Amino acid sequence: MLKKLALSTAVGALAAGSALAQDIDVKLGVLNDRSGTYADLSGEGSAVATRMAVEDFGAAEKGMNVEVISADHQNKPDVGSNIARQWYDVDGVNAIVDVPTSSVALAVADITAEANGVLLDSGAGSTSLTRDQCQPTTVHWTYDTAALANGTGGAVTNAGGEKWFFLTADYAFGHSLEENTMAVVEENGGEVVGNVRHPFPSQDFSSFLLQAQGSGADVIGLANAGGDTVNAIKQASEFGITQAGQSLAALLMFVTDVHSLGTQTAQGLNLTEAFYWDQNDATREWSARFEEEMGSKPTMVHAGAYSATMAYLAAVEELGSAEDGRAVVAKMREMDIDDPLFGKVTVRGDGRAIHDMYLFEVKSPDESEGEWDLYNEISTISGEDAFLPMLDECDFSKS
Amino acid sequence: MERTAPQSTTDPTPDTPMAHQAGMPRLHKVIFAILLAFLIVLPFLVYPVFAMKVMCFALFAAAFNLLLGFGGLLSFGHAAYFGGASYVAAHAAKVWGLTPELAVLCGTLAAGVLGLAIGFLAIRRQGIYFAMVTLAFAQMVYFFSLQAPFTGGEDGIQSVPRGDLFGLIPLEDNVALYFFVLAVTFAGILFLYRIVHSPFGQVLKAIRENEPRAISLGYNVARYKLMVFVLSATFAGLAGALKSQVFQLSSLTDVHWAMSGEVVLMTLLGGMGTIFGPLVGAAIIVTMQNYLATFGAWVTIIQGVIFVIGVLLFREGIVGVISRWIKRPL
Repeated sequence: MLKKLALSTAVGALAAGSALAQDIDVKLGVLNDRSGTYADLSGEGSAVATRMAVEDFGAAEKGMNVEVISADHQNKPDVGSNIARQWYDVDGVNAIVDVPTSSVALAVADITAEANGVLLDSGAGSTSLTRDQCQPTTVHWTYDTAALANGTGGAVTNAGGEKWFFLTADYAFGHSLEENTMAVVEENGGEVVGNVRHPFPSQDFSSFLLQAQGSGADVIGLANAGGDTVNAIKQASEFGITQAGQSLAALLMFVTDVHSLGTQTAQGLNLTEAFYWDQNDATREWSARFEEEMGSKPTMVHAGAYSATMAYLAAVEELGSAEDGRAVVAKMREMDIDDPLFGKVTVRGDGRAIHDMYLFEVKSPDESEGEWDLYNEISTISGEDAFLPMLDECDFSKS
Repeated sequence: MERTAPQSTTDPTPDTPMAHQAGMPRLHKVIFAILLAFLIVLPFLVYPVFAMKVMCFALFAAAFNLLLGFGGLLSFGHAAYFGGASYVAAHAAKVWGLTPELAVLCGTLAAGVLGLAIGFLAIRRQGIYFAMVTLAFAQMVYFFSLQAPFTGGEDGIQSVPRGDLFGLIPLEDNVALYFFVLAVTFAGILFLYRIVHSPFGQVLKAIRENEPRAISLGYNVARYKLMVFVLSATFAGLAGALKSQVFQLSSLTDVHWAMSGEVVLMTLLGGMGTIFGPLVGAAIIVTMQNYLATFGAWVTIIQGVIFVIGVLLFREGIVGVISRWIKRPL
């Protein structure tokens, strides 16, 4: 599949008439959380994945000097935007990769547009990146909260989980996640039998879980994130909720969270991801190489950093320069990307990368054959169904 | 000033006691002049946005130091004024379309009003209770910021326009904005200096040293405390409002309790109760956060180690130690 990508870009390169012996300087900055809550799911792993992409792309052989640097934004938008500005203005960075934490990602997206760089976002979930704060220089690669809500809400409802109860973190993020998912559930013929809002952050979910248990719902949707989701799942396991026949659906969760919870606690949980290491030969081969360097399996954020970088480098090669960020992103929109990890990917006019998403169920301890053998694939959600439709004012491919 | 500069910095014996001198002591004048000269060339040496960030935090720490170092009141909720003002200023510039100076003014006033409301209740308690009350209110501000529709939740307020100063001078350019921030910060710090060395400041120090005695001398201690609280909150707000213009965003980081902790760290590291200490502390912490960003998790560890070393070896802070060496207040 790598060959296909290389081939398609080579054909493009020929068509564009650019010589292979060209000397293109590219500098990539991996900006993410390397010390806080998202360090496991992004962190150094994304830098490793980006370097792997540079290597696999064969940048050196193609006459491209690609340098990868990285920094910790500490989940603070001011730190992140300061680094981003400095990277563009002083250090000559052409593209910034990863950037989890929506407040930082949105700040970096603005700066990127100003500096005419490229933001290859893998770690952030905010749909604003390609909607109300869309920029012609943003590529949002891996996932967004709407896709997760769509995936989990739609697929679980279709699989027979028709009555939903929501456990929602009481702030803007939780509300929007709940709202999105509710709409999807009802669209697919499901029914919302109740919801409860819990304070953010919360340690004790017992009373909320009892309400959920008593509601007669088939599915308990967890419209929260991070520590709240992990706590809720732990306590649900203590109450024996999944054993009693109700299932849990996490609306924002990563393989590293499931790994740290263990299959005993997390078994039966439904969740949507864009990538799982054990999907096919290509993902297994890549993940094994990743594990050699990092000591853990990659998350979808790591895989996204890899794939987005591959596509970016292909576009840069075709253009023969990384200087004009808008042009590079425009080139990325034109390409038919066949990625080893994400399969067929297209970058839409608003910068949203469209690819399949997958609904997974966490295996029981009996089924699981190893530390990282965590998911059963339940269904595939096509990119068109998973992601929100494009807003007209964000379609940068027109102008 | 330049003629006397080497003389006063090398002379080890203190001249006439500061308290009896009218106006600003020569040493301080020299330091302020050197500082100003340094800050004028700074944007051409380092990245201007970074320099502006240092100045915003220097002003924030100086405002905090007014309350802690001179008023003897440890507030653990100064992020509320810093972040609150940053939200108001960002909203004013983005949604109401105000010019930068008016947006900053809005933010600053909002912080002052917030400081008045919180201070009015908090000064009724002392010591750790005071700190806890301020922390509790700051958490309330945090939750308000998390929930209120206009703050954008965890996305924050983004792409705040920098606008034109007085509707005339465009601030899009980093260097132009730098000199605006420099002017405001420097004026703010001079104003804080003036407060500290005014009769009002003397009374504050008296209250800090011995509150019952100040009461017995007939001072209305509660009123003084409230005033210094409001002043400190206002200047913290000024710093936050400036920061929102510099970074063109305002986010939950600014109202988070960790920000309240950071400003305590800056003040203690630089030297509590000194004029220049908070500036030094802010510069060190912000520089570390910026230049050590590539080391990831090490930033927080190094910060922690430096703080522990500071507490164990030089409890007066960096400037406090220097001040002791040269036997002059700084």
